[in-house]
Amino acid sequence: MSHRAPEYVPARPRRSAWRRRQAALRTVLAALVRRRSGVFGLVVFGLLVVAGLVSLAWTPFDPEATDVHSAWLLPLHGGHLLGTDRLGHDQFSQLLAGSRETLLTAVAAGVLAAVIGLVLALAAAMTPRRFGAVVVQLIDILIAFPVLLLAMILAAVYGGSTVTAIAAIGVGYGVVVARVARGEIASVRQTDYVLAAQAAGARTGRIVRKHVLPNIAPTLIVQLSLAMALAVLAEAALTYLGYGTSPSVPSWGGMLAEQQAYISARPLLVIWPGLAIAITVLGLNLLGDALRDASDPRLRGEVA
Amino acid sequence: MTRYLVWRLVLLVVSVFVASVLIFALLRLLPGDVATTIGGLRATPAQLARIRAELGLDRSLPAQYGSWIGGVLHGDFGRSQLDGSSVGAQLAQKLQVTAPLAAGGTLLALLIAVPLGVLAAVRHRSPVGAGVSALSQVGIAVPTLWVGLVLVLVFAVELNVLPAQGFPTNGWSDPGLAVRSLVLPWIALGLSEGAVLLRFVRSSVLGVLHSDYLRTARAKGLTRWGALLRHGLRNAALPVTSVLGLQIAALIVGAVVIEQVFTLPGVGSMLIADVANRDLVKVQGEVLVITGAVLVISFLIDIVHRLIDPRLREAG
Repeated sequence: MSHRAPEYVPARPRRSAWRRRQAALRTVLAALVRRRSGVFGLVVFGLLVVAGLVSLAWTPFDPEATDVHSAWLLPLHGGHLLGTDRLGHDQFSQLLAGSRETLLTAVAAGVLAAVIGLVLALAAAMTPRRFGAVVVQLIDILIAFPVLLLAMILAAVYGGSTVTAIAAIGVGYGVVVARVARGEIASVRQTDYVLAAQAAGARTGRIVRKHVLPNIAPTLIVQLSLAMALAVLAEAALTYLGYGTSPSVPSWGGMLAEQQAYISARPLLVIWPGLAIAITVLGLNLLGDALRDASDPRLRGEVA
Repeated sequence: MTRYLVWRLVLLVVSVFVASVLIFALLRLLPGDVATTIGGLRATPAQLARIRAELGLDRSLPAQYGSWIGGVLHGDFGRSQLDGSSVGAQLAQKLQVTAPLAAGGTLLALLIAVPLGVLAAVRHRSPVGAGVSALSQVGIAVPTLWVGLVLVLVFAVELNVLPAQGFPTNGWSDPGLAVRSLVLPWIALGLSEGAVLLRFVRSSVLGVLHSDYLRTARAKGLTRWGALLRHGLRNAALPVTSVLGLQIAALIVGAVVIEQVFTLPGVGSMLIADVANRDLVKVQGEVLVITGAVLVISFLIDIVHRLIDPRLREAG
């Protein structure tokens, strides 16, 4: 915010678009950290990133090393923070290594969903009416198509892997993002400044770049955060079913599948990965909610 | 209403058609060959060609699609590529598990979400409301399959009061036994889906709470709860029914996962096994049935949505 009196402003060249965007970002970030849910979400996401990066270089034990002499250890025994399973795998190291898969799927599938959603929404809202209507109906049909089914079709043809899971989750949630973004774009399109730009002869491409994208960016970022949360859940479910990450790569869904058989003997082994998934998803969801409030000037003052 | 009904019905038929084309195209256009799966890697080219001819894989794609969808319209979902069993008959049998599972899960989700969501909205400034909202956030974040595992841990392993997995082999001939094996799956589905719905119930009730008509109802002497029950809930139900329509897809996916956790012999378990075997005829039949169910249920919910909103009913 400039503290100069308004009459001096026209005398200076306008602040560059980059500077203005930075200022807007600072305002949103400030509103975000004023919210407990926003801080919680940022901390959880930060921890996930740090855990993923750290596990590349270091874990307390080799997560895949089989050591039958230290099998079935309880937490805090033999230097194993969360204990070991029947093969002596250190559970904390497996959680750390598994966070890589979660982070990768969440970011890749989330970004894919946002891109697909944006393209579909633009195709629905910025094109001639008849074409747009067809795209809208297509989006509605695709929304009825469960993500998991898409993933299983891909798995039936290619065999399940992290890539098929990411593709299915990205496309599946992309149409959901498209539905939300289409409504936003339609309302931006009816504003006076877009009408004015059209009257001045601006092409669709310019209107999209100068007016539509900056206006729907907050919505897209919120949807990205929520799609990432859904992606974490979907990846865990797919891997559990055997159609996501390969069992030879440590992952939280894979840990659940692996330990289910021993639930009566060692219930804690099922608890750890479940908690990790739940906290990650909770953090991403709360981050999304807080971002939505923080990017809305009407709600920015209220602190939830 | 009639005009809307006809339009919505046309839309339903088109949607199912588009979905069937998509499913067929996805399974056929992508590489991967059933003939090699059946014949094994050592099969000679002649053997492979014979298998393809038997399965009709040598015909043009539109011809294959035509004979598949023509059969489906007569209730014939084709035969398994691996053992020749009838896909339709198996689906009918598996639906006896999946349909009650999904229906019971939805019912329980509504029983949880509606009262608690209304409570969370009405008491949104008190610790009770905040607590319910927080619980629903946690419920959304917890994976359905983990809820299932924890339920197994508590009720089957520790307390030993309900079966941990499986379904009676003779199906519903002993209803008591069948219901007992569905109790934990129902609770797992109901808790997960209920948490999602609760948020929508809360926000839509919050939306009507400050409406003019509710203030009028209070002014003419109704109590707060009386006004909400008589006038508010009907209005709040509108957005919730639309969300329920969208949630059906999520619920059915939840059922697929839950069937696996509790090893229930339903459509989900069947699909998972057939994907592993790459039995494409069965997979496409199962996926079509599941997607079709989602589309039909959201169609019905849309109609209900119209019926409970007189404004939309008269709009035609």
